[in-house]
Amino acid sequence: MESIISVSSLKKSFKSNHVLNDVSFKIPKGSVFALLGSNGAGKTTIVKILSTLLKPDGGSALICGYDVVRQGDYVRGCISLTGQFAAVDEVLTGRENLKLIGQLKRLPDGKNKVDEWLRFFDLEDAANRQVSTYSGGMRRRLDIAMSLMDSPQVLFLDEPTTGLDPQNRIAMWDLVKGLVSEGTTVFLTTQYLEEAEYLADNIAILHGGKIIAEGTTEELRKLLPPAKKEYIEKQPSLEEVFLALIGEKKEGGHHE
Amino acid sequence: MSKPKTNVLYDSWVMFKRCLLIAMRNPEALAMATITPFALMFLFGTVFGSIANVGDFNYIDFIVPGIILQSVAQAAQYSAINVTTDMTKGIIDRFRSMPISKSAVLTGHTGAGVARNTITTTVIIGTAFIIGFRPQAGFMDWLMIVGFLLLIIIAMSLIAVLCGLISKTPEGTSGLMFPLFILPFVSSGFAPTETMPRGLSWFAENQPMTPIIDTIRNLMLGLPADNSLWIALAWCVGIIVAAFVAAAQIYRRKLQ
Ligand SMILES: Nc1ncnc2c1ncn2[C@@H]1O[C@H](COP(=O)(O)OP(=O)(O)OP(=O)(O)O)[C@@H](O)[C@H]1O
Ligand SMILES: [Mg+2]
Repeated sequence: MESIISVSSLKKSFKSNHVLNDVSFKIPKGSVFALLGSNGAGKTTIVKILSTLLKPDGGSALICGYDVVRQGDYVRGCISLTGQFAAVDEVLTGRENLKLIGQLKRLPDGKNKVDEWLRFFDLEDAANRQVSTYSGGMRRRLDIAMSLMDSPQVLFLDEPTTGLDPQNRIAMWDLVKGLVSEGTTVFLTTQYLEEAEYLADNIAILHGGKIIAEGTTEELRKLLPPAKKEYIEKQPSLEEVFLALIGEKKEGGHHE
Repeated sequence: MSKPKTNVLYDSWVMFKRCLLIAMRNPEALAMATITPFALMFLFGTVFGSIANVGDFNYIDFIVPGIILQSVAQAAQYSAINVTTDMTKGIIDRFRSMPISKSAVLTGHTGAGVARNTITTTVIIGTAFIIGFRPQAGFMDWLMIVGFLLLIIIAMSLIAVLCGLISKTPEGTSGLMFPLFILPFVSSGFAPTETMPRGLSWFAENQPMTPIIDTIRNLMLGLPADNSLWIALAWCVGIIVAAFVAAAQIYRRKLQ
């Protein structure tokens, strides 16, 4: 299948902190890709490089066939980003934030879209209040809505459900499924492994600056033998696979 | 599908409207642009007017240019703070990941600063008229005054944007802008430089506020133009070019 994102040998260091050493992966069009990794593994760094916010030190990344470094304008035209930290204007109201994005993206039916997303994320009552008065989850929902004002080809979601209540998390999952069925490709990072398990077609685990494992949940499960000494044979959960994999790679006997 | 061409004018216009909205939401900034210059003009014109001695001049006629520069510098500080806020909060990352002109954020702030300072200036001149300001300028003089004031306002707004970019915190921004609203007091704005102590009068005569203030005063009071006009013009154009180039450079570096 055709890849809409293809990353090869990506490198990035912050001074002497070598965050990404050699990261490569491909994402088929219309699929959900989940990137897992511990805090500080470099997930957000990858998202920033792919969304043209940060320049890599080496390697290359193509999105929709465009190079993220040399053809940033084209890349920005086909992606939408929901970063790890809400990127909303605190002084404006929720409605004004959405309207602003509609205007900047020159949507012909901006007004309808604004109403549609306010309704979807249950923000109608708060629509005319300044965002500085919003709760963390409301801010997050507005942030996601702003990224969805026009249907992007590629959607980046950096820990989108962190801070959302279970109800809104499920709504968000349904939304992602819906977007993907319409052809959007979703790049997701998350700390909730059941989220990755439920949504993702492909999962990659980032550790030590490299992708140490990649595949479907089923393929990753095969990396660990089923737990043996139990009454009933139990498949390892993705969480167990994850911990085993990164534990294995932590050298020097540091780990608990 | 994706259009790489961004429209600087359109994007700047959207950002300009956004910056105006932000300005409207800040009552303190609004007061600083309208009520403070009114009060300042009123106070200086009436209270000090009766005790100050500025030679052949009526004190009100003498101080209008100084009050304008002082108030504009003070109101410009809010543009600077808004720029700092934009650059340090998440919203800039959203703009950067969108297919819009990068400079639109800065032109929007500059434009809003110019709009705000135009209001400030109008309030001052209006107040001055009420309390006895009697300019002698003809139609051509007024055209020149308006053009000159516009240059000054653009220069101040660009300095504000530059300070806003340099600083990392809003408090730091206020600090950077502080000298700007002290300068009018150490100039020919409120007292003739000859009446100042030696060191101070040397400083006053060689800093940009003095030729600028002298030029506006000469035009307003129908006095013969002297070479302060050319010195003032050189300062304004120089500041505009320098601040613009520096701001663009720093902005680009900040975005990497
Ligand atoms: N601008 C920066 N300057 C210096 N170091 C940075 C910068 N951004 C990230 N880092 C470092 O890069 C590493 C990876 O950070 P990153 O934010 O990509 O991690 P992450 O996988 O997203 O973690 P988390 O799960 O906590 O969000 C960290 O060690 C971090 O300190
Ligand atoms: Mg992160």
